[in-house]
Amino acid sequence: MTAVAAQPGTPSLGTPGLLIRTRWAVIDTLTITRRNLLVWLRIPAYIVFTVIQPVIFVLMFRYVFGGAIKVAGGYVNFLMPGIIAQTAAFATFGTAIALAQELQKGVIDRLKSMPMARSAVLAGRLVADTARMAVTILIVIGVGYAVGFRFQNGIVPAIAMVVLSIVFGLAICCIAAFTGLAIGDEESVQAFGLIWLFPITFLSSAFVPIATMPGWLQAFANNQPVTYVIDTMRALALGHLPIEANLWKSIAWLAGIFIVFAPLAVRAYRRAD
Amino acid sequence: MAQTSSGPAILVEGLTKSFGEVHALRGIDLAVPRGTVLGVLGPNGAGKTTAVRILTTLLLPDGGRAVVEGHDVVREAAAVRRSIGLSGQSAAIQEELTGRENLEIVGRLYHLSWTSARSRAAELLKQFDLLDAADRAAKNFSGGMQRRLDLAASLVGQPQVLFLDEPTTGLDPRSRLGMWDIIRSLVAGGTTILLTTQYLDEADELADEIVVIDHGLVIAAGTAEELKGRVGGDVVEFTVPDRRRISDAVAAIAQVGEGEPHFDAETGVVSVGVGGGGSEALIKAVRSLDSAGVETHGLALRRPSLDDVFLALTGHAAEEEEQPAGRRRGRRKAGKDTTKGAS
Repeated sequence: MTAVAAQPGTPSLGTPGLLIRTRWAVIDTLTITRRNLLVWLRIPAYIVFTVIQPVIFVLMFRYVFGGAIKVAGGYVNFLMPGIIAQTAAFATFGTAIALAQELQKGVIDRLKSMPMARSAVLAGRLVADTARMAVTILIVIGVGYAVGFRFQNGIVPAIAMVVLSIVFGLAICCIAAFTGLAIGDEESVQAFGLIWLFPITFLSSAFVPIATMPGWLQAFANNQPVTYVIDTMRALALGHLPIEANLWKSIAWLAGIFIVFAPLAVRAYRRAD
Repeated sequence: MAQTSSGPAILVEGLTKSFGEVHALRGIDLAVPRGTVLGVLGPNGAGKTTAVRILTTLLLPDGGRAVVEGHDVVREAAAVRRSIGLSGQSAAIQEELTGRENLEIVGRLYHLSWTSARSRAAELLKQFDLLDAADRAAKNFSGGMQRRLDLAASLVGQPQVLFLDEPTTGLDPRSRLGMWDIIRSLVAGGTTILLTTQYLDEADELADEIVVIDHGLVIAAGTAEELKGRVGGDVVEFTVPDRRRISDAVAAIAQVGEGEPHFDAETGVVSVGVGGGGSEALIKAVRSLDSAGVETHGLALRRPSLDDVFLALTGHAAEEEEQPAGRRRGRRKAGKDTTKGAS
């Protein structure tokens, strides 16, 4: 078979080299990222969900519950790392819902039938959602500053806290991506796909000192990953708190979540039909 | 685009695929010559969508072989994806984005430069009569416009082979005719098309060749005319208003027809092939029904439709219960229409 000169940029036969494929995978991922962010900007409900809701949480906890909760160093400083982690976790609802929707509507089929990098659909989703999450976190920190929160430990630990919250969000994002693709039905995902995020964030050190909980609840709250992450974030934000043990436990948990759920999400995406 | 291989644009041999207990494809063969339209006809759950999903590299077959533009869909999936376009049952466009943005993004994913992606999008918007709406969010488009946009998106990469999975399902009659015109112009431009449909008139209208699929098997193949020949010429059809008299009507008409009559107990419609009998058969039918004392409405002689073909081939009508395509789990509902005497 004599191949006629291929169109520039579209090799007609055979597999292009790894370098070229990697380059296209990155470009395709950015294209999908751009598309997802454009969609996000066009849906008012998403903006409410990712911006207004966390702000309401900050104000509510700060002024409604805050008066009843006595913590050394002031409740607003205690609260903010918890709210930030919860915000990062809840932002992943969007990931699960969007993927289920795209699967249902045939968008994923369409993209998979095109000569683009297949990995880009999932990668672009994660990049866009991480960017969205970062924006939300910065807004929440801004609101926190307006109501009295201050980083106590210098700029580098403050940045480290933000990075940790984003990595934590990305880990939950992998679980959400898997959930969305495995369930594959928008309404089911919305109704119960990520319902477990409520107990796991509220039954942690996010909003109240664990010591105030009943003993049996403390046993859970003290030994679950969200608490480790939040305690690490709090230590980074406020200083003067023990950090070492919580940091290692956080890293171990987050690594574990990535190792288990990233491949599961990829597998669910590949098998999705 | 390089035409490097001779032979048909699509070649399928002994293709099988099962989902657990459900045998969606039980060994089908197809060959679609370049520049022609193959109509794949069958009820929901017949296996049409599964076949399309395998041919577009979305699903791996269990057995058999499928080649598109000379490339094996399993071993050379990437090459297949470079030569095909797919437009599915539901519009796979992003509703929040404008028509133009949708097409530009697809262009970028086909690795066109921004400039080329923009001009290709503008070209397609013009071709599909979407220029006026180009900068509105696609969710404000009518159903027909959304489907046109979806089809336009499948053409961004200038595919040699286009797969249209039920392209007019859910469209109003006018949009449907518009879609037919577009499909005809694509064929005129040299594109090979595989079109699945459950609308028999659609296959009749657009396809050079038709295969009828039922329960995962090709049960008939040929041109529309050849398939109509299978029914046995013209058809006498009438409605029995008094449903209790249907069996009498069937008995009376059976003497006139060449094949066995079909009837639908719900609608009271009775039909029978009368071969080349023509108007003589019509007169006989009137006499026979009259002497049986059965009252009828709308007794008429007509050319066979593909509905008749389907009935003759499978013993059941083509319209079936709606089932989610490609992810069916349960059994299809058999024999919903109470027809009898399958030939």
